[in-house]
Amino acid sequence: MATIIVQRPKLAWHEKWYLSTLVKGLKITLGHALKTFLEIVGKKEKVTMEYPEQKWDDKLPEYYRGAPALVTDEHGRERCVSCQLCEFICPPKAIAITPGEIPSDDPWAKVEKRPLEFKIDMIRCIYCGMCEEVCPEQAIYLRKDYAITGESRAEMVHDKKRLYEIGGVRVGLVNKWNELK
Amino acid sequence: MAILLANFDLSFLIASVVKIVFLTFLVILPMVAYSVYAERRFSAVIQDRVGPNRTGIPLTLFGFKKDIQILGIGGLLQPMADGLKFILKEDFTPRSVNTFYYWLAPCLTMVPALMTCVVLPFGSELRLSDLNGLIGFLGLPGFSETPIQSVIADLSVGPLYTFAIASLGVYGIVLAGWASNSKYPFLGSVRASAQMISYELSLGLSIIPVLMVFGELNLTKMSIYQDANGWLLLPLWGEGLSLSRWVLWVPMMISFCVFVVAMFAETNRLPFDLAECETELVAGYHTEYSSMKFALFFLGEYAAMIIGSGLAVTLFLGGWSIPFSPYLGLDFEAGATPLWLGLLHIATFFVKIVVFILFFILIRWSLPRFRFDQLMKLGWLYMFELALANVLLTAILMIFFPLK
Repeated sequence: MATIIVQRPKLAWHEKWYLSTLVKGLKITLGHALKTFLEIVGKKEKVTMEYPEQKWDDKLPEYYRGAPALVTDEHGRERCVSCQLCEFICPPKAIAITPGEIPSDDPWAKVEKRPLEFKIDMIRCIYCGMCEEVCPEQAIYLRKDYAITGESRAEMVHDKKRLYEIGGVRVGLVNKWNELK
Repeated sequence: MAILLANFDLSFLIASVVKIVFLTFLVILPMVAYSVYAERRFSAVIQDRVGPNRTGIPLTLFGFKKDIQILGIGGLLQPMADGLKFILKEDFTPRSVNTFYYWLAPCLTMVPALMTCVVLPFGSELRLSDLNGLIGFLGLPGFSETPIQSVIADLSVGPLYTFAIASLGVYGIVLAGWASNSKYPFLGSVRASAQMISYELSLGLSIIPVLMVFGELNLTKMSIYQDANGWLLLPLWGEGLSLSRWVLWVPMMISFCVFVVAMFAETNRLPFDLAECETELVAGYHTEYSSMKFALFFLGEYAAMIIGSGLAVTLFLGGWSIPFSPYLGLDFEAGATPLWLGLLHIATFFVKIVVFILFFILIRWSLPRFRFDQLMKLGWLYMFELALANVLLTAILMIFFPLK
């Protein structure tokens, strides 16, 4: 094995006596201190956002992956047909769907199925976006909500109502069930 | 007994008590609390963080528009919150400790730190008779013409007293480590005692040249001399403009550097905080302490810091004297200093201390910690020799350039 001789820097006397090095160090720390202090008192633009008061919602990129949610189309129809593909693809198994039949007197009876219950466990969800990618009906989307909180485990499981609340309406896209188009 | 009572100076007693209460409870202790806050905020801005900025007087709860802030810096009540937290914490005493010494140790850290402040002249004189016109309507006899000195005990052995008491602080640390019956506190306290003994020497020796220049051990008279003749490190007026003072400036600067370094070591601050280095010894000598007992160690360290910087300011930076005071007409004149100038002197003293503490904090967050052998080597091989040689240098210079 080759011997590596490490080159140590040759220190001048003032560096050995901590004189110039001390001054250099103090200059760096004082520089940072002054810069951040000016930011705090508002003489300079802040880099740090103080979270609960200032939020970065409007700076989120288009591709941001937040909480997954269900969407309805422009006629108020649930897009989800409970094919359960998202349930099967979900890597942490956060999604649990109970499929239900659409009664024959419903105007959308030919869709046949919709979820009776749709639960996403937000403690398990890893925001990977695979459900969005796999959905053939474009019914599940990752929205920009990132502050998902709750006081119990049960509260952290989003049920169908909550999911539609977050998701809202998405118009256009798939129109294959729409005879009115 | 009757003679004793007849000679008893009641006004002196009252003045002393007022001064003790003012200095200890109204200045030093709040200053300790706020230096903890300053430490947290300053370290935060050095590391590009924001620091504690939430704890304030919540005026918005009572319908006001804004909380009280200075320059938009929040968190001014953080020390109160910290204190409240310490009081509310469980005061836990481990079963294996030596209870008596375990309880004694925090007191032994805090008490000497506060005791040393009695000799510090925190201002010149207060001529309270200036107030007689204001309070004349009360029909009282009013204050006497003799001004009150702004120092609790005008000892003629000031620095010696300070060193004697301040070095008692190490007993608190040693006892804490020993009584805790745990290895990390023990290691911390052993290190602290070794370190304090080695730096006490250079601390004592570093001020001998200063005492030689002053020819005086009374801190009050030192301050008065510096006010009239230029600070030791800023001889720009009075007698300070003489050649001998400027020649002696060099050993004074060396003294100052040695003194400050030794003071860092004495107060167990970084870069010499081997007694409590978090990375190696959990928290050092106060690992086993909780609640207010822990807080006392914490406060004792900061109190020692304040007193130490007070001493450095008094010895080297003119104490309460305002820079260039003779040119500004703000200099001290025994018995003829108006009350407002006396108060201004007090303010000046504390401003200097605050600047010094900020310097302490800046150093702490700039320098890495010394290794223990480096610390010992620095103490015994460099600082001690430097201080000793400095005494000799000053003596020789004073022969050739005698002061008036």
